[in-house]
Order: sequence, then structure tokens, then C-alpha cells
Amino acid sequence: MLGVIGADNVDELFNKQIPESARFDAELNLPKGLSEQEVTTLLEKMAAENRSLKELVCFLGAGIYDHYVPAVVESVISKPEFVTTYTPYQAEASQGLLQSIYEYQSLVCDLTGMEVSNASLYDGGTAVSEAALMASSVTGRTKVLVSQAVHPNYRAVLRTYLFGRGIEITETNYKNGVTDVEAIKDKLDEQTACVIVQYPNFFGCIESLADIADAAHAVGALLVVSADPIALGLIKPPGRFGADIVVGEAQALGLPPSFGGPLLGIFACRKEHVWKMPGRLVGATVDADGRRAYTLTLQAREQHIRREKATSNICTNQALAALAATVYLSAMGADGLRHTAELCFHKAHYAQSQLINKTECEAPWSTPFFKEFVVRLSKSAAETNEKLLRRGILGGLDLGRYYPELEGHMLLCVTEKRTREEIDRLLEAFAEL
Amino acid sequence: MRTEPLIYELSKNGRRGCTLPDLDVPAAALPEDIIRDELRLPQVSELDVVRHFTHLAFRQMSIDGCFYPLGSCTMKYNPKVNERTAALDGFKCLHPLQPEDTCQGALRVMYELGDYLAEIGGMDAVTLQPAAGALGELCGVMMIKAYHSSRGDSARRVILVPDSAHGTNPATAAMAGFQIRKVPSNERGTVDISALESALGDDVAGMMLTNPNTLGIFESDVETICRMVHEAGGLMYGDGANMNAVLGRYRPGDVGFDAMHFNLHKTFSTPHGGGGPGSGPVGVKSHLEPFLPVPVVIKDKDMYSLDYDRPQSIGRLHSFYGNFLVMVRAYTYIRSLGREGLRQAAESAVVNANYLMAKLRSVYEVPYDHFCMHEFVASASEQKKLGVRALDIAKRLLDMGFHAPTVYFPLIVEEALMIEPTETESKETLDAFVSAMLQIDQEARETPDVVKTAPHEMPVSRVDETTAARRPNLAWTGE
Repeated sequence: MLGVIGADNVDELFNKQIPESARFDAELNLPKGLSEQEVTTLLEKMAAENRSLKELVCFLGAGIYDHYVPAVVESVISKPEFVTTYTPYQAEASQGLLQSIYEYQSLVCDLTGMEVSNASLYDGGTAVSEAALMASSVTGRTKVLVSQAVHPNYRAVLRTYLFGRGIEITETNYKNGVTDVEAIKDKLDEQTACVIVQYPNFFGCIESLADIADAAHAVGALLVVSADPIALGLIKPPGRFGADIVVGEAQALGLPPSFGGPLLGIFACRKEHVWKMPGRLVGATVDADGRRAYTLTLQAREQHIRREKATSNICTNQALAALAATVYLSAMGADGLRHTAELCFHKAHYAQSQLINKTECEAPWSTPFFKEFVVRLSKSAAETNEKLLRRGILGGLDLGRYYPELEGHMLLCVTEKRTREEIDRLLEAFAEL
Repeated sequence: MRTEPLIYELSKNGRRGCTLPDLDVPAAALPEDIIRDELRLPQVSELDVVRHFTHLAFRQMSIDGCFYPLGSCTMKYNPKVNERTAALDGFKCLHPLQPEDTCQGALRVMYELGDYLAEIGGMDAVTLQPAAGALGELCGVMMIKAYHSSRGDSARRVILVPDSAHGTNPATAAMAGFQIRKVPSNERGTVDISALESALGDDVAGMMLTNPNTLGIFESDVETICRMVHEAGGLMYGDGANMNAVLGRYRPGDVGFDAMHFNLHKTFSTPHGGGGPGSGPVGVKSHLEPFLPVPVVIKDKDMYSLDYDRPQSIGRLHSFYGNFLVMVRAYTYIRSLGREGLRQAAESAVVNANYLMAKLRSVYEVPYDHFCMHEFVASASEQKKLGVRALDIAKRLLDMGFHAPTVYFPLIVEEALMIEPTETESKETLDAFVSAMLQIDQEARETPDVVKTAPHEMPVSRVDETTAARRPNLAWTGE
């Protein structure tokens, strides 16, 4: 091959191009290569240094959930035709993936009650942030109002994203576990681009979206809702309450917790705002022979066409995670999703009522919740969790880490995977603390 | 090939693809006023789901199935062992908020991967948080912004971007609130130094540079460029999309880059998944380290932990720590190849690209005609005279069992065909691709309509993108 190229050796190819002073001539300080067998053993050993949710009984949620992943999801998303393909820029070579993304967009619209969905964003936090940027662009306004009952990490991502554009963020407080609507009304003004809330919120409580939508729309601001897609199997979708942009973390739809990634950011909005949307979109069309076909579309919003005028810089998204969600929702159907959501709801309520009635835990508020709830503990959350862990239980989130006023409070999560026996073990452990 | 119905169109009342356990606790009262009364999702059996997605897979090209010389995307083969390690329960079934002493193995993967990437890029510290290259870029320019503002240097509002840059570069700089100043390329396809000179000033926060650049050309003036930008008070950001060309041969940190990102889904062989998940770790020199996103994985004696106490940090860029399972794959890849293997990968990638360029040069114009790094840009300008465009050639290649190169990018080359073979392809595969390209050229001369109406062998013929954009149909409405 070197003969065809016209080079004497490989070094010549590099040395003719990289000036001597810019070359790296030493050896990289990295380990030596390993055989497949050795690297497998090494990684198995490292994986064994973790205590996985296969071993621990998980009552921890806070944005990442231990939901059941049907075997069919793993099977489909392991297909090499999907795993090892690139972004479907050549439509004719990518009809399979493009159709699955079109199906994903349709499913997200149905689930959220919205008209258009993009092909995915990275995660819940970046989806909230992109929604704020889009709301600012739609309204031409530069203030964002975000509830403190939105995931603290999402708010942290939001601060980073908006820092660059100089958009001002105001946080608004919660009361009885939900966003204080009166406080929102006080803070809203003609410069507010959007109000951002979570549904159910970070504490698991179900926000009253209709009131918040009315307040936002009264001053011409958009309502951005970050929703839990599992909950939407049971409760009315944000679209029904007038939400303008619905985002959310959809890891729960067929992805394992994965130490926090890959995740899946969903992003849906009303049709009128489609040109301001971030991310890829797939549209249905026809081929030269009039047959149904799919393609990436409205790309003039995107960075590879619009460059600095693009709606976002996003390029690579979470396509394979979106495929997992597509398969999950297809396999579940409305009945399966509803059943899953009801299992979560009833089990969480059983755990909560038993904890309140039979242990020293107290309920700080009485607002309706879905699969997560907050309890006030008799001991510190850290101490409680340590004792639970000794019994093989992964306890809830220490809320004092994020909310100083909630020192001694814990956020617990119960999914459909927790059996009564496991919940009773949790109750027993609490009773013995 | 038969059209595959939408999953919605396969729906039959009462079918379901997954069984669920019965309720084993007393039922609580549902909040009736907000209970959903409608939800349209497909009702299909598990077999329906399996068949449907298997049919869709038949309609999909992938690296496992064919050569994928998509320039700038580094479509190398993804070894299967990486999939196996990423699927271990000890990684996959791990909650990001579980106590640190229960996830030491995961933190170790992150810590060591960060170390390896720092060594490969010649950087001092690395964050793995960005979920893709574009988010890595945003992380980098945000740190540049934070760095200047920490020094009270708030008048720097401009980021320089060469005209050959990926679209993400200007889009990112705009997202971070910067103005973009374009720096033109010279006749060699590299940054024009005198144009750079006049673009520099007190208002420049930094420059984003891809090296090798998107033409597959090493920026031979890279040290001068870094020095000039630094002298003007700006910082240098490296777009690491093309690191595959230079592993173990050149390190951006050694020549003056202050920050750079890596694309684990390109250089480090994690699969693209149809457009993600990727991972875009960012390396920085020590003066930018205080601005890294939180948390940072640290090591004290033999214990790993997450450090949040970093007052100058730009904050978070991801809900948790980034695409962890992608990191596991990249870690597996780096440990498999080791220091010698990574250098060999770059060598083979460069040899393969130069071989293809040499073989194709006789019929396709190569506007920047010297050695290339891991990719090169050819032009279909000769074929265009016959009425055959780069897009047509791309589509005809699909018929011949090859994925198309990247077309119409970079923007500075007319009818661009950007070809990146990667190191994992054999000479036989490269030769077969050359034959296909030569055949297409011949067809362009003899039977141009065959090329202009391609593809003919794919599940669909040429897709009508204009109609898709004019009358957007973005979700199934049941009609």
C-alpha cells in the first residue's frame, strides 16, 4: 500500500505533515494492551467492586429509576443494524432507523399530549435547559422562572446553559410539597419567557398544572413541564393543561440506571413552534416511486446547515436510547403502561402509609404524590441510610444535601419492581432503627 | 422491498407485548380528577414487536454490515467485547446517587479513563460529563468564558472559527453567548495566518480549531496559531473529532491548546447507535482546571469520590455524570489496544486514507493534493460537468453495498466527498470501494441516468426531502 501511496514508510506520512516541533515522539504513558480474555476479566473485577441493584433492594429514585426492562427491549436495541449505524443522513440507507424515530416522535406526542417531538436530547437536565433557551427565542424575553421543586441537578444544568446567553433565572419556592402558585404570580412579569415545573415534581408530588399554565399565559410566558413518562400512563398529560413545551427524563422507558447515563431527554412542543425546536426531526414523505419513506427534515434549524444561527448546537443525541423507549412503549401499550404506573402508585402509597403509621417517620405534607414521597426522619438521613445499607437496602435520598430546610428528610421511591416482601423489609428495618 | 407498516398500524385491540405482576399490596385511592382517560399507544404482541423491528433492521445499513467511509465520523468497527463489559450488572444496574463506597469500581473506571485521555491529549485534567462532542464544545467554551471573567476580562466576546470547521463549533460559541468571527483557509486548505492576524484583537476570547482539520490536513502552523492567539490574550480550544489520525503521534496539549474534547464514539470505538449516545469528555490544562464541571472524580489513597466543592466550576452539564456506559466501552477499548495499539490504529487509519486517495485521484479531483491524515476530501467537480453530482455518487454507492462518504462538507470544497476509511478496514475492502467509485465514474460518462436516479437496490428509491420539508409530517395522526 505504501508503494501506491508513494511513501517509503509510515513515518514519512506523518513526518511530512506534522512539523518536528509539534510531534510527540515519546511513548504514551498508558498500560500495555490486553487480550480479549484479560480485558474481560479486568472489567468483571471492576464491576464486582460495585454493589449493584441486583444485590441491593432499591428505594432510591430522584431522577433515575429502577423500573423493569422487558427482555424484548434489550433484544431489539442490541441489533447491530441499530447499534453500529450512524445518524441517518443518507435516508435510503437508513429507512429502518428513520421509521423507528418517526414512531418514537409519534409515541412521545401521544404520551405528552403534544403535537411535535424531536428525535431526542441528552437527558432531562439538558432538555429543560434547551426548553428555556427555546422559550426565550420564541418570546424574545430574557427571564426564566423555575420552581425549586424541579430536580436540583436540572436547575444546575439550567444555570450553566443560561449563563452563556445572559438569561436571568429566578427560582420560585414550594409550599406543602408543590410549587407555590401565588409566588409564581408575584414573580411573573412581561419579561418572563417561561415558567418551568416538574410533573410529578422532584418530591414526587403532583403539581396543579392548570393553575400554573393560566398564570404563565396571563403574561404571555410559556409553560415548560418536565414530566415523568411512567406517570403519564396514569395521570393527564401536560398537553391537556396547556403546557407549551414538555420535556423530561425518559430513562424509565426501558433503560437501566447505568450509573446515570446513557439517559434520554424527551422534547415535545406545539406545532407552531417547530422551527424554534432544537435537535433532529424525522418526517414522513415519499420516494421517487411514490412509496412511503422517511427522512431527516427541517434541518435548516440545525448546526450543520445554520451554523451560528442554529436553534441549538446539538448533533449526536441519544438515538439508541430513543429506540429503547420506542420498543418499551410498543411492548407495554397503554394498558401495560397504565398497569405499571398503578403498581408504582399503590406500592408507593402502601410504603408511605405504613412508614407513617408504623414507624417514627412523619409526613411533612399531605399533597397527592405518585411513586416518590418525602418523610421526616427521627434520625439523620445519613445514619438511617447506613443502617438500611447494612440490611441490603438502598435507602432514599438525603434531601438535606439539596434543601437545607429539609435536613432530616428523605425522598423515597417505590417502583413496580418492589414486592410487598421487600417493602415490608424496609418497614421492618425502619421500625428497628 | 415491501414497506413496513408503522407499529401503530399493527395494533389490534387487547394485545400486549409484556406481562406484569399483579398488585400485592392494598390499593390506594387514585386522584380521580387527574386520571387519564385516553392514551393512544399501539397494542401489539411481543412477537409483533420483534418482527417489526427485525424488518426495520433489514432496512438499515451499519458498520457490522458494510464499509462506512463517512468522513469526519470515524466509523471504525466496534469490538463486541466492549458491549459485553458495558452490559455487566455491576455497571448497568448502578444508581448514580448510591453511596460512594458502593460504587468504587465505577468511579475507578471514570478516574482512570480521565487519566488515559489526559495522557493521550497532553492535558492536565479531564471531565467525562459531556454526553456528546457538541456538549463537550459547550463545556470548553463556557470554561473559556469563565476563565476570562474570573480575571475581570469581560470584553472578550468573540470566538474565532475557521471556515472549514464543523457546524457545531459556531453553533456552540453562539450558545455560549459569543460572537463568531470566521477565519478563511488558504490555498493549502489550512488556516490563513495573515487572515488570523487581522482577526485577532482585544475582543477575542479564543479560537476553536480542529486538527487535523476537516479536509484531513494537519494544520502545520498549529504552534504559530496557538502562540498568536495566546499573545492576543485568547485561549485555544481543540475539536478532537479527528484525534484518530494522531494517537500517540501528536498531542494538542503539547503545542498550546488550553482545552479540547474527545469523541469517544469516534476515536475510541464506542458505537454510534444511530446518532447516539456518544460521549465528549473535555481535557484542560491546569489553568482551566478550577472551571471544570462538577462533580470531579478524585482519588485519595485507594478511595475514589466525587468532589463538588469547586467554587469556580461552570456547574453541571448533565443530569448526572455523563454517558457512563459509553465510558466503560471506551475504557475497555483503550485497555485492549494499550499504548502500542492506539498508535498503530492511527498509523493504519492514515495509511488507509492515503491509499484510497492515491487510488481515486486519477478520476476524482482532490483539491488539496498532498498526503492526507486519516481522511481526505475529493470533489465531484469533474463528474458535475457530466450532470452527475456528489449526492448522486453517494446514492449510487449505496447500491453497491457501501455507505456513502460525507457529502457537501466541508463547505469550502465544491461537490465535496469526504472519505474516511478508518484503520479497521482491510486492503480488499478498500480495493472493492475503489472499484465501485471507478465504476460510478464510468457510469457518469456512459449511462449517467443510472447514477442520477440512484439508488436502485435499496428498500426505497430516492427519498423526496423537499416534500418532507414543505409539508412536515412529524408524527402519526392515524390518517
